[in-house]
Amino acid sequence: MAVSGLIMIGYLLLHMYGNLKVFAGKEAFDEYAHHLRTFGEPMLPYEGLLWIVRVVLLAAIIVHVYAVVVLWRRNRKAGAVRGARRYYSKKNRTGIQRSYASFTMRWGGLVVLAFIVYHLLHLTTNDIAPGGASDSPYERVVNGFEIWYVVVAYTIAMLAVGFHLWHGIWSALTTLGQNRSSNRIDSRLTGLAVVVTLVITLGFLMPPWAIFLGLEA
Amino acid sequence: MKITVNVWRQQDAESKGSMVPYVLDEVSEHMSFLEMLDVLNEQLTLEGNDPVAFDSDCREGICGTCGVVINGIPHGPEVTTTCQLHMRTFKDGDVIDIEPWRAGSFPVIKDLVVDRGAFDRIIQAGGYISAPTGSAVEANNIPVPKADADHAFEAATCISCGACVAACPNGSAMLFTAAKITHLGLLPQGQPERDSRVLGMVEQHDAEGFGGCTNIGECTAACPKGIPLDTISRLNRDLLGALSRQTIG
Amino acid sequence: MTSTPNATGDVTPDAPTGASSETETEYHRLGEDIRDTAAPSGPIERRWDDRMFGARLVNPANRRKIKVLVVGTGLAGASAAATLGEAGYQVETFCYQDSPRRAHSIAAQGGINAAKNYRNDGDSIYRLFYDTVKGGDFRARESNVYRLAQVSVNIIDQCVAQGVPFAREYGGLLDNRSFGGVQVSRTFYARGQTGQQLLIGAYQALERQIAAGTVTMNTRHEMLELILVPDAEGVERARGIVVRDMVTGEIESHTADAVVLATGGYGNVFFLSTNAMGSNTTATWRAHKKGAYFANPCYTQIHPTCIPVSGDYQSKLTLMSESLRNDGRIWVPKNKEDAEKDPRDIAEDDRDYYLERIYPSFGNLVPRDIASRAAKYQCDDGKGVGPGGLGVYLDFADAIERLGRPAVEAKYGNLFDMYARITGEDPYERPMRIYPAVHYVMGGLWVDYDLQTNITGLFCAGEANFSDHGANRLGASALMQGLADGYFVLPNTLADYLAGSPFEKIADDHPAVLEARQAVEERLQKMLAINGTRTVDSIHKELGQIMWEYCGMERSEEGLTKAIGLIRELQNEFWTNVKVTGTNEELNQTLERAGRVADFLELGELMCIDALNRRESCGGHFRAESQTEDGEALRHDDEFAYVSAWEHPAEVGGKPILHKEPLEYEYVEMKARSYK
Ligand SMILES: Cc1cc2nc3c(=O)[nH]c(=O)nc-3n(C[C@H](O)[C@H](O)[C@H](O)COP(=O)(O)OP(=O)(O)OC[C@H]3O[C@@H](n4cnc5c(N)ncnc54)[C@H](O)[C@@H]3O)c2cc1C
Ligand code: HEM
Ligand code: HEM
Ligand code: SF4
Ligand code: F3S
Ligand code: FES
Repeated sequence: MAVSGLIMIGYLLLHMYGNLKVFAGKEAFDEYAHHLRTFGEPMLPYEGLLWIVRVVLLAAIIVHVYAVVVLWRRNRKAGAVRGARRYYSKKNRTGIQRSYASFTMRWGGLVVLAFIVYHLLHLTTNDIAPGGASDSPYERVVNGFEIWYVVVAYTIAMLAVGFHLWHGIWSALTTLGQNRSSNRIDSRLTGLAVVVTLVITLGFLMPPWAIFLGLEA
Repeated sequence: MKITVNVWRQQDAESKGSMVPYVLDEVSEHMSFLEMLDVLNEQLTLEGNDPVAFDSDCREGICGTCGVVINGIPHGPEVTTTCQLHMRTFKDGDVIDIEPWRAGSFPVIKDLVVDRGAFDRIIQAGGYISAPTGSAVEANNIPVPKADADHAFEAATCISCGACVAACPNGSAMLFTAAKITHLGLLPQGQPERDSRVLGMVEQHDAEGFGGCTNIGECTAACPKGIPLDTISRLNRDLLGALSRQTIG
Repeated sequence: MTSTPNATGDVTPDAPTGASSETETEYHRLGEDIRDTAAPSGPIERRWDDRMFGARLVNPANRRKIKVLVVGTGLAGASAAATLGEAGYQVETFCYQDSPRRAHSIAAQGGINAAKNYRNDGDSIYRLFYDTVKGGDFRARESNVYRLAQVSVNIIDQCVAQGVPFAREYGGLLDNRSFGGVQVSRTFYARGQTGQQLLIGAYQALERQIAAGTVTMNTRHEMLELILVPDAEGVERARGIVVRDMVTGEIESHTADAVVLATGGYGNVFFLSTNAMGSNTTATWRAHKKGAYFANPCYTQIHPTCIPVSGDYQSKLTLMSESLRNDGRIWVPKNKEDAEKDPRDIAEDDRDYYLERIYPSFGNLVPRDIASRAAKYQCDDGKGVGPGGLGVYLDFADAIERLGRPAVEAKYGNLFDMYARITGEDPYERPMRIYPAVHYVMGGLWVDYDLQTNITGLFCAGEANFSDHGANRLGASALMQGLADGYFVLPNTLADYLAGSPFEKIADDHPAVLEARQAVEERLQKMLAINGTRTVDSIHKELGQIMWEYCGMERSEEGLTKAIGLIRELQNEFWTNVKVTGTNEELNQTLERAGRVADFLELGELMCIDALNRRESCGGHFRAESQTEDGEALRHDDEFAYVSAWEHPAEVGGKPILHKEPLEYEYVEMKARSYK
């Protein structure tokens, strides 16, 4: 679970870096998209690396979702009272030190999943093409993000990703044994998680908004 | 003070329970929370009703027998055991919800009493140092750095109350398990069994039906002894180490 | 209140009337003297080795076939069960809590003594032996105490090997503190939670044996009867127990080759004490009624520094470590009118630092019994402070001024926090209020050197027996005794007994088993059927008040006689007017308590009878009639240097029979204690 999550985070960081190339203009961005596909040639076939990445990512998502389902079922059983609420008292629903992020992991995760499907159809396969399809990835992006509801949808998705990571990064590192602090809030890992989350979320949010507001190069 | 309590009443493990309100007219602020329940029980008995079953023994915050969920928080609003909570924490006219620990692995026996036998079985699976009577070496032969001894002590103060499980949204007993792993793992005497201990205890933890830890941290917030969260990370480190040693050979 | 003289008043020491010649008084009959026949003679330092060498051994292959029941999982029971399990016997254990780790040993704060002499301050096995005999006011057996001091060193080794996190110094070696008025530092501790850590160590050893299959644990099972079966020669042997499954109400019988009781102390006879809510005498009292002698029931230890009662809803008392007396000063207002005032408004001149005044050399550090009694006298005098006038001040103002608040915080922070939590008052700002409370009982089932009671095959260990502390226990010695009994003594002496086994198997439908079960069932049904108007707790509270008033810190003939009458009335009230709700076939906490209170009512009576018989003051037992001119305890060694072992009368309503076990001192000379 932790490993699959971290793999995806690693991808996100690269991906965000790539996306930021939007600011470098069409050439750079298309060049980058192309480079992705030719990287490693001739040792790897065209799109070779990309396929490796895709396979790894797909595997990560499958493992991740599988782990989520197993854990989810197990934890429901571990906490639950059959056919009733766990606690009747409504006075402590939000807990004491848990974060909002930590209890939106599951639904937040689903939002992210839905987004990924949509996102692939939009920008990779170009099956859904608000604002017009194009062969140039740059054009696809720009075309898409000139429409307000696409931007809003992406923004919501990015917030969901942000929340997911806020808790996810801390959690993954703790699961790997790295927390040395007596509680969650004081941990250095929480700080790290927040920083990485902010970088990723803002990093991803910049291109759509820039395009929407017409600030791209 | 006048206090209304909503108490979970459940005749036995099989019955369906429900919340039942009772009114107490004269509650002193100096009473402990359990003394307030004692007063309620005297009242119920004299009325010919069944008193509320709840567990307690030392009433000093050390044996870990007591423990109910008060207004949704295990052991109530202060970081202490239920027996050390006093009524001055509440105000005249308050309505207090009282429920048992809830977890699949802590079945309710009656009213507020639950079965925590799973904890003993987790300890059986490795929560000890094998030192048969008579086999010990002279105590001062193995010095233990003070910092390690102090840390081990801190983890060893777990009273096995189960509040961590009651608080954890996943019903995980990871904090309890990790406290023992930390206590014994920090001492030189605990090293030989370090791998088998963590493997055995985590396996038993899962077999008992406790949930998986997703590092939410409610457990430490509810723990009356302040068992720190890094014990869980330490458990994970030990577990990863043990698993890798097990697979590699 | 009885009209007894107090520490400041005039006193006429009463020469005890020649009681030893009496064979029968209004309250008891005199039986034959008894002796501890198991103890070897010879040089004291060789006795334990001799006994171990003389003990018969059990072939390891046979141990699997031998079964032992251990009732109680405190320090004594858990350590014994684990050790016997390791040795390969089949062990079955019982406790009333939901886990063996919750036994009341867990609450011990201060520490555990051992004659390691790590401080190089002149400690030795002999000194620990000497201090314990003297501390017990010369009412303990020399042989037992010497053995206790001997094995004390092994206990520490054993516990450290198990991972007990004792306090350590920066060099990594074990730390010690001094405790309870002795001059050497021999107390090992784990912050204020020594009992907890020791018990967890024993508990883990026990769980290890449970996993190994040698020990079977029965939690939430309360022992309600002992099963005796005569062997071929007609000797009655302890062969089993009857227990109630506290969850289902099922009455079960368990049979074995030997039975060990390690069921702790009976301080709860006073209702309010520092003991756990469930601490009881039921196991030992049932054994007593089946023939086991009960020794020195009147010896109770009252601890001076407890948090006072705050109201009549009070369910138990909380101990605060004795160490507070090192820096706190104890006082009461000189004028009764000031008792209600805010203590900070009472001028220095209007305060009476009575311990410093009466005991100038020991001051606030006089032994427990003296400090307790002095506080009582002040309160009897109307100078007590706080609710009900039952409290004296323990003031840290001077210490805070002298050492600074941070230093005081570092030393006593956790105790101050505990006080603040319970009372809602800030002890840094205003003096603490303290009052004595019942804390420990030295009395218990009579046992010989082998820890065997006078019933063959019935052994008793820990606080439940009477063995090692005489009339008064030193601080940090109860933990030592519990673990000595469980880890080292019992496994050896029990083996000697078991060498004669396995005995004939007892079937579940053996007449003795059926009879014991039936007795238990009838008793339970009887209590459930009364359906009167008094709650169990109200009767228990009333018993407690009688005991505290007349058989507490100070006892007198008049008071004790009155108490016996009151207790008998209360017994009658219980059996005709108690209200026990619910049924047997469920978790029924009222029924559990009722059974315990019924036994306390009988034990309370015996305690008063024992106290009445002992017309001397010694250790925890202070008879108003037997004090020196300035109000100090006065022993009468010529007449009372014996253990009182009480036999339950065979006939209903008969008088208990007193057997005396004379005490001889070969190594320590009997002297009067003085703390002036
Ligand atoms: C607050 C406090 C502080 C103390 N501090 C110190 C200290 O600092 N140093 C020191 O040396 N001593 C101290 N003592 C004394 C010491 O803790 C006890 O004397 C000692 O721990 C008793 O141990 P035990 O094994 O005999 O009995 P316990 O620990 O009381 O165990 C009794 C066991 O018997 C079981 N049991 C009882 N009745 C039944 C029944 N009818 N059926 C089945 N099971 C039953 C219980 O479940 C339990 O498992 C303190 C005591 C108190 C109360
Ligand atoms: C496919 C849809 C997804 C779903 C349903 C989902 C759901 C979850 C859930 C339920 C948890 C965990 C439990 C918890 O800690 O509360 C979790 C943890 C995590 N997720 Fe996701 N997630 C999804 C996608 C992602 C993606 C795309 C990433 C990274 C970019 C990610 C990163 C993480 C991380 C790092 C963790 C923490 C792992 C741990 O606790 O060890 N998840 N996810
Ligand atoms: C606003 C932010 C985002 C933008 C602008 C963006 C843009 C793009 C673009 C242009 C591509 C196509 C690249 C190509 O085909 O060459 C792509 C592919 C992809 N994106 Fe994003 N993306 C964003 C956010 C995300 C997020 C948050 C995730 C994951 C949670 C994600 C996951 C993917 C995946 C899995 C691919 C497919 C890569 C492949 O072809 O294998 N993207 N993205
Ligand atoms: S870790 Fe804390 S909350 Fe959990 S059982 Fe131990 S003391 Fe109780
Ligand atoms: S609350 Fe639960 S999820 Fe883990 S950190 Fe604590 S056990
Ligand atoms: S009753 Fe012992 S911890 Fe509360």
